[in-house]
Amino acid sequence: MQGKCGLFFTSYRGEARIFRSGFQKLMVGLFILALLAAPLALNIHETSVMNLVFIAVIGAVALNLLTGVCGQISLGHGAFIGVGAYAAGQCTLHGVPFPLAILTAGLITAMVGMVFGVPSLRLKGIYLAIATLAAQLVLEFVFLHGGALTGGSSGLLLDPPTILGFVFDTEARMYYLLLFFAAAALLMVANIMRSRYGRAFVAIRDYYLSAEIVGVNLFWFKLVAFGVSSFLAGVAGGLWAHYTGYISAEQFNIGLSISYLAMIIIGGMGSVLGSVFGAVFVVLMPEALNALANSLSAAFPGISQSLVALREGVFGLVLILFLIFEPEGLVNRWRLVKAYWKLYPFAH
Amino acid sequence: MEYYLQLVINGLVVGGIYSLVALGFVVIYKATKVVNFAQGELVMAGAYVCFALTVEFSIPFLWAFLLTLAFSVLLGLAIERVVLRPLIGEEHISVIMVTVGMSSVLKSLVQLFWGTQIRVYPPVLPSEPVVIAGLPVAPVYLAAFALSAVLFAVFSVFFKYSRTGIAMRATAFDQQAAQSMGIGIKNIFAMSWCIACVVSAVGGVILGNINGINAHLGHLGLKVFPAVILGGLDSLLGAALGGLIIGVLENLCDGAARQFFGLGGFREVAAFIILVVILMIKPYGLFGTKEIERV
Repeated sequence: MQGKCGLFFTSYRGEARIFRSGFQKLMVGLFILALLAAPLALNIHETSVMNLVFIAVIGAVALNLLTGVCGQISLGHGAFIGVGAYAAGQCTLHGVPFPLAILTAGLITAMVGMVFGVPSLRLKGIYLAIATLAAQLVLEFVFLHGGALTGGSSGLLLDPPTILGFVFDTEARMYYLLLFFAAAALLMVANIMRSRYGRAFVAIRDYYLSAEIVGVNLFWFKLVAFGVSSFLAGVAGGLWAHYTGYISAEQFNIGLSISYLAMIIIGGMGSVLGSVFGAVFVVLMPEALNALANSLSAAFPGISQSLVALREGVFGLVLILFLIFEPEGLVNRWRLVKAYWKLYPFAH
Repeated sequence: MEYYLQLVINGLVVGGIYSLVALGFVVIYKATKVVNFAQGELVMAGAYVCFALTVEFSIPFLWAFLLTLAFSVLLGLAIERVVLRPLIGEEHISVIMVTVGMSSVLKSLVQLFWGTQIRVYPPVLPSEPVVIAGLPVAPVYLAAFALSAVLFAVFSVFFKYSRTGIAMRATAFDQQAAQSMGIGIKNIFAMSWCIACVVSAVGGVILGNINGINAHLGHLGLKVFPAVILGGLDSLLGAALGGLIIGVLENLCDGAARQFFGLGGFREVAAFIILVVILMIKPYGLFGTKEIERV
């Protein structure tokens, strides 16, 4: 481990850098290479799981910017993702090219998110949580009764994404598309967090009064937080819609909002890396549970019937255990492991 | 006109149950400042336990009901001790999410044991409707309404005059001052969870007698938010009135949407649209404590 021990920054630019040492750059480079090569080694099912992880990463990092960084609790994230999905779906159904449709979906969702973010100036903490819960349920109702716009209860059928005539119709092709979008979203949020806006968000989260006193315009920055977060949620929704090829109202229910909140809590609030960890964890958890149920089904024949109930229970249990025993999330564990190896063999 | 009168009466009955669930919610919020997203699942747990005792163990209804209440007390103690106590002093979102996690666990336990299909209680009251002001009302509705009214009266007296009730109010007002006067805060917290579980269980049993129960009963917990926000998060009277008002308004909106627009299922969101309006106009509700902040 060749990293510097201690802080040796000689300029602000140095402190704001995302990658601080050559070793870190090397490791990230290797990781990206591994990601690029992964579809060659994975089977179709594993690739599809990775694709779901990428979409979840975009949604999670978006919510983390709003809730983890800016401190505005949102229980309506699932519905915002739904808005993006329907917006992108309608765009491509009307012949708008895919990249433009995704962008439009993001912008429309940003607008919807900002409308629902307006109450955030008056409401804090749990009141805001309940207001966003209302947003979630109202949007769900709109999805179900939106007539031709949302396809009502029968939903919308979509074609796979096409960019300049190239059709992303296999899991491996989707993999690269989604990887690109996930990486772009992560870079975007990481860069926002080290900008003036990111610092303002943190100030608002830590104590809104002090933030206002040092000159942070609460209304504007909260609105921007809602806007950017919803934009990314909309992109995630648009990608999801075109990846699965079918959207219906019950996909974007309160459960989706909760699982995104679970991602950022399990991964680590206010951390870009934490969003990735959380997304991976929450997407892989049902897979692991399925595998476990399959291996146990010889001993307990009834287990596959109760799998749905079991999945929800395990999800809740994991959430509770994380909140009690690891409230800082997986990213904190990761930091501890890194610190251990940096100091090895001198633990103190 | 009769159509709307019927809607109002149905709304009052449903609202009575909202009030009960809201009562549990308010008791917890008042004493511990915890927003309990698992309130609906507590209702469900009570309903299923009573169901199991009466149907599967064929215990007479009254005894089963009392046993359910005892079980609810234990459930409340367990939840407070195991889940909530480690989180005292944590941020809003952690506490909210721990109750959300709890609701998932409770829901899955119910599904594991009883599956997702609807279950019907054996009839306890006669099914012949009683006629009130020219409108037929099922006795079970009347009993439900009476039972909620009695519980509210009991709890009002309890909070006003009993030592424990006064200690709970003191804790709600200022935890540190209460503690320095020798009130065991942790017991108060445990107590409020017990009360919340008990009133929710009563609500669950009533609901089971009216509509039968299924694993989605917990969804009712969400309906409590508009009721308590309207009443004020920390007011018992607010919970009672808020529940009734939301129950009636929701039914009227649903009925009107059905009649004029032919739109079904509006019931699900009517309360939440009302909620947004209340939040914008009067965020602390009708009777809630205003926390004034000035710079």
